[in-house]
Amino acid sequence: MAKTKKIKRIKIDADRCNGCRGCEIACSAYHSEPRFSSINPAKSRIQVITHRLRNIWLPVFAGEYAPAECMGRDVYTIDGTEYDECAFCRAACPSRDLFKDPDSGLPLKCDMCEGEDEPWCVKWCLNDVLTFEEVEVPVEDDEPEALGEVELGLEALANKHGLNKVMETLARMQVAKKA
Amino acid sequence: MRYAEVGYNLEIDLATGNIERVETDPKMMELHLGGLGTSVKLHWDRVPPETKPFDDENLLIFSSGLFNATPAFSANRTVVTFVSPQSELLAYPMMGGFWSAELKHAGYDKVLLRNKSPKWVYIWINNDKVEIRDASHLVGRGALETQDLIRAELKQPNAQVAAIGLAGENRVFTASIEQSRSSASRLGGGAVMGDKKIKAIAVRGTKDINLYDGAEFMRLMGEVSDYITYRNTHPIPDVMTILSGIGSPQEMVHTDEQWHTENFMWGNARTRRRGFWTDQINESWSTTQTDSIKRLISCYNCPQHCGALINYPNVPRYMMKCFSKLTYAMAAYVDNLDFGFKIGHLAAEYGVDGFSTPQILAFGVELYENGILTDKDFAGCPKDNEGRFFWLLERVAKREGIGDVLANGTYWAAKEIGNGAEEFAHNNIKKHEQLPLKLGMLDPLYFLMYSTNEKISITQIEGNWPQAAFPEMDQRQRFVEDWPQVPNDNFKEYLLNWEPRGEKAIPYYPTPDIASEIVDWMEMLHNIDDALCICAGMGSFCLKPPYHIHNYPKLIAAATGLEMDEDILKKTVNRSRNLHRAFNNLRGMRRADEKPPEDHWKRRFPELEEELLTTYYQYKGWNYDGVPTRERLHELGLDYVAEELSKRGVLKDGQD
Repeated sequence: MAKTKKIKRIKIDADRCNGCRGCEIACSAYHSEPRFSSINPAKSRIQVITHRLRNIWLPVFAGEYAPAECMGRDVYTIDGTEYDECAFCRAACPSRDLFKDPDSGLPLKCDMCEGEDEPWCVKWCLNDVLTFEEVEVPVEDDEPEALGEVELGLEALANKHGLNKVMETLARMQVAKKA
Repeated sequence: MRYAEVGYNLEIDLATGNIERVETDPKMMELHLGGLGTSVKLHWDRVPPETKPFDDENLLIFSSGLFNATPAFSANRTVVTFVSPQSELLAYPMMGGFWSAELKHAGYDKVLLRNKSPKWVYIWINNDKVEIRDASHLVGRGALETQDLIRAELKQPNAQVAAIGLAGENRVFTASIEQSRSSASRLGGGAVMGDKKIKAIAVRGTKDINLYDGAEFMRLMGEVSDYITYRNTHPIPDVMTILSGIGSPQEMVHTDEQWHTENFMWGNARTRRRGFWTDQINESWSTTQTDSIKRLISCYNCPQHCGALINYPNVPRYMMKCFSKLTYAMAAYVDNLDFGFKIGHLAAEYGVDGFSTPQILAFGVELYENGILTDKDFAGCPKDNEGRFFWLLERVAKREGIGDVLANGTYWAAKEIGNGAEEFAHNNIKKHEQLPLKLGMLDPLYFLMYSTNEKISITQIEGNWPQAAFPEMDQRQRFVEDWPQVPNDNFKEYLLNWEPRGEKAIPYYPTPDIASEIVDWMEMLHNIDDALCICAGMGSFCLKPPYHIHNYPKLIAAATGLEMDEDILKKTVNRSRNLHRAFNNLRGMRRADEKPPEDHWKRRFPELEEELLTTYYQYKGWNYDGVPTRERLHELGLDYVAEELSKRGVLKDGQD
């Protein structure tokens, strides 16, 4: 019998989105420390890409961190609406500020509000734009494990400053803390 | 650490270009909350009664409220305050949209603008970096197109921009400030902005807003959220559709306009057209509306759909709200809704108030038809109703010819035109055009609301109490059994006793005492909403709203850490409300100004009206002239106000 894993999925019905950005608020509140202590949509792992007069209200979730920009770009036209390049892309990458912590510049990634019944963006959206579901999907034996939040941040720092510099800095910090 | 509020204002002197980030006194939040409350305090402290609307000293404040940028649903108002060129009193139009939360995330609660810029500028607020930028290339541009031009110029797609159009540039007294799908429209904020030569204010912010007890706040919001869902699926029975839900009137959702078109007046608030809404009109108007709306949209963090993206053939896209789809059509006597969607775009780009402006145009037409304005004034004007309105709107926005006179609103225009024109400026309170409603029997509640509130606009005063008595007792019982929003159960009794006809009907019931309680309750809710910058559509301006006097204190306490209960909250907003009244009293506002239009009701009761006003004034702690008494001001910690009122002879010894 093939090995399977549970995938958490958020279905997005963008046609129902009224553009309120409540999802961004709920996400940033949940991920603040302590939980719900602060709000900052710029730190949200879901962003509603908006161009009101062009009828673009497109919720996009933060996906994997990409250390380099894409070589090519896409421009989509759907139902007469032209979307800006990268509009549908979920990556935090060097080409834009999206999905990066505005203070540290570190990449953000949707973690589906691990441990909650459903992600807070889903809970907060009263227009049923977002629907949460868990599905079983087959898995390859050698599939690498997805990076956690700490690994993700460290990888971004390593890409920017070099692994050696990050390790040296961590070692210094450890020594300083002990002292 | 500051909670809910940021704790800093941005103060800009336009004459010198000086920009300062000024820390605010935390005590102000305790005394006035925020939003309208703290703005009124700043105007009181800094703007003397001698200041005229277009003086350098007329302070223009863009303010967020205490709940903007928190997770509170529908906390998206920006309150703009200034001395109005029309009423010459302290005005506070508000806009929804997305601006105020962005301002708080940029690190400021308010933007204070004083003096005038020597040349056209726009202000760019990007977190700690604030610039006054040249706007000469934007002069003459529409209020909507300016927003996108600035976003493109700054390469900031997420910047929120509030802008004026031609009307604001030309200091039209009904000029609005447009932003996203919303606008601060009433009483000429756009004119004051234009007078200071500010074309727009753009803002982008990426900072945190802190909550005192975020977990508790979210728990309380969970209850609000459940109630919103409940109300959205349980419209109130026995009331007209437009009143059955929550949010601002869902004018973009509903197509049935029988009530507005047959009960509101057409033309210059003149003609009631009973029987207008035929099957044919219903079909044609519904089709026009459905075909014109590309998407139903909301403001920041609001689940409702009060606005729409309009996509009408051969008209650039724009956004519309409330019942502005009807105001121009009805004022112009045009029987097709297409006209409403066509002229709506032009009005938004020019940036004009959708309530006053159509009445001003209809007033001009009426003066022409009655020979007070002449062919010379209307030279070049098309003869058809639609063409005439397009022509007049352009003249007003550009202040050309007769438009230059009409641009001052019906009150001031009538004074200037003379020759009997005053009789035609018949729908004003405190020099400001009112909803085009003319009714039969005096309503004591509406008499008080129209007369006394500083907003000078009924839509921002009424709300929680039904507009008319339910004919059947079982309807009343059904209404009160599920009504937790009332301050106490007495209000349920008042409603149960209220009859459509007979002794317990208007004008004598609710009695002056009961009417005072009900109006005070509704006004208090508006004052709370306006301090928090919650949309009135979710609080004070709808039946059975999600926010009310019982959950607001808990939410405020969780957000701010302030000690708060119903009594403290009531006292806090009363403090700001009385300060606002005192500010206007200093500018000359008195009892004699507090009267609805003569023709608002056919059946008037002068003695009862006097009794209503006197009773309400006493209930509020105001003297016979409508000035807060020393005792009332002392109770509210406003002795410094009493002192100033005495010094200037507004409060006289022995008279209160």
